[in-house]
Amino acid sequence: MKDKQLDTENEELLVLKDVKTSFFTKKGVVRAVDGVNFTISKGEVVGLVGESGCGKSITSLSIMRLVPQPAGKIVSGEILFKNEDLLKKSEDEMRRIRGDRISMILQDPMVSMNQLLKVGYQLGEPYRYHHKVSGSLREMCIGLLKKVKVPAPESRVNDYPFQFSGGMCQRALIAMGIANGPDLLIADEPTTALDVTIQAQILKLMKDIQRESRSSIILITHDLATVAQICSRLLVMYGGRIIEKAPVKTFYKKPAHPYSVGLIKSVPVLGRPSGRLYSIDGQPPSLLDPPSGCRFAPRCTQAKKPCFEIYPPETILEEGHKVSCWLY
Amino acid sequence: MQGYILKRVLIAIVTMFVVLTVVFFVFRMGAADPVSIMLPPDATPKDAQKLTKKFGLDKPLIVQYGNFLKNAIRGDFGASFRYSEPALTVLFSRFPASLELGLVAFLMALSIGLSIGIISAVKPDSFIDRFGRVFALGGMSVPSFWAGVMLILFFGVTLRWLPIAGRGSLLNFIMPAFCLSLFPIALLTRLSRSAMLDALKSDYVVMARIKGVPEIRVILIHAFKNASISVVTVIFGIFQAMILGSVVIENIFSWPGIGRLVLTSFFFRDYPVVQVYVLFVTFLVVMFYLLLDIVYAYIDPRIRYQ
Repeated sequence: MKDKQLDTENEELLVLKDVKTSFFTKKGVVRAVDGVNFTISKGEVVGLVGESGCGKSITSLSIMRLVPQPAGKIVSGEILFKNEDLLKKSEDEMRRIRGDRISMILQDPMVSMNQLLKVGYQLGEPYRYHHKVSGSLREMCIGLLKKVKVPAPESRVNDYPFQFSGGMCQRALIAMGIANGPDLLIADEPTTALDVTIQAQILKLMKDIQRESRSSIILITHDLATVAQICSRLLVMYGGRIIEKAPVKTFYKKPAHPYSVGLIKSVPVLGRPSGRLYSIDGQPPSLLDPPSGCRFAPRCTQAKKPCFEIYPPETILEEGHKVSCWLY
Repeated sequence: MQGYILKRVLIAIVTMFVVLTVVFFVFRMGAADPVSIMLPPDATPKDAQKLTKKFGLDKPLIVQYGNFLKNAIRGDFGASFRYSEPALTVLFSRFPASLELGLVAFLMALSIGLSIGIISAVKPDSFIDRFGRVFALGGMSVPSFWAGVMLILFFGVTLRWLPIAGRGSLLNFIMPAFCLSLFPIALLTRLSRSAMLDALKSDYVVMARIKGVPEIRVILIHAFKNASISVVTVIFGIFQAMILGSVVIENIFSWPGIGRLVLTSFFFRDYPVVQVYVLFVTFLVVMFYLLLDIVYAYIDPRIRYQ
């Protein structure tokens, strides 16, 4: 990663302050996002990493204010986007921000496209609903497809999504995401549903687009390799909270949280015969009425008594590297 | 697309031919001997022979079948015993009444059922949703003959607000049309509600919201278009059932349509009319499904491009 990208403009674009999002179900309150704090600077690419069900996607849907209704609700906190609290905006103001200033790419490209509407129509939507449009958006849509390198865009624009491959659908979704040149693009596992070779292409495409547009990107993934390829900074999420924040390089060299250490250890390394791959014992915690202490304590080999009782505060290890763990 | 339609048309033609064949043999085997029905009780065996010969019933079955097909293609299905007019003419004279009632009932079912269904899905647990669920349960469980009689008793006899029988003014429509559409409203409410709930939960709807598409368009363009695929089949079924007339409703409200005609024709052993009724109903059903296949292809490009 180039140093230029690490040296961000240091202007805060998005600040999450103690955001809590819960689902009110018959079984009880599921605290999917339980007090999340982080900051995204302008032009920064940040990875949000964690296992399935840790609250990554709900965090991003909270930023979009699209938490599944009626069970889900953002309970408290502040989401400052360009110094304005998104949680105080009206539904219509939010709609105007969505797809224009903040956009998002979902994880399964094939089901994220409406199968009954032409690709061109769906591509044109972000522009159509944020600008005054007179006449056809065809040319603009062709341009978008060109930008994300879909071959033969002039004819492809008239296709239906089922005539596209998975990789092409993902490209089209990225095109929709960047149609209005957003300040923030949230990519929720954009490569999970794709073949490995296509994954690499999509990541390269996102990298290129980011370099060109200087949009900030939050890349949500459970794949550390993806993060290493395009992110400058990393947030590790566990049990509805961010447990470690670090620049990517620092994280790989000296991960601080025992969970992060476990994650790094369980990445297979090419050329090193390791026998059985390392895995963290136990199950991810249920977010239904979680305990008051550290969420990772029951699986942690170094857990002591306070770990089970009080949630650890955030400790600054060095510039940009913070961890929530009683070991530090 | 043209090949697709051509294929459907061919299938429809073959289906019609099979139905004609089945109807011919079922009526030859099942029905009482038409000659003995038509003749007065004091007729001689010679008269019977004469009539048998006149109708060509002395010829082998296969020849009769050939004649039947030949006449059917020309639109000749024999004369009604009761009206001494071609059976088809009798049927057609009664059909407009059924069509009229059916269309009113269909439009009622469509507008009420779909709107309750969609609103219920968009606002689950709202007043409309609760009302819709109770109404749907009631509409599906209450038999239409009972609902009809109760309506007549309440609005016709007790309150004297609505006429209880016959056709004429607009007021005459209200009760029979409501009775006829009771079940379809319930069915459409439930179906469109669940189809819309599924569609609204899907990723493409979330994606549309992410793009900042206004909510009303998310509901009607993104969600409803997808939900409509499963609803369209049922809508067609309902349309066809509605305009083909209901034997039960038409008899309860003395509505002079084909449903009432076919029942009285049974009582009078007027087989040509019954036979032409069966053929007409199947013909319309086949036509509806042909149309349905074409509409499907229009809504869902995946079918069109196969």
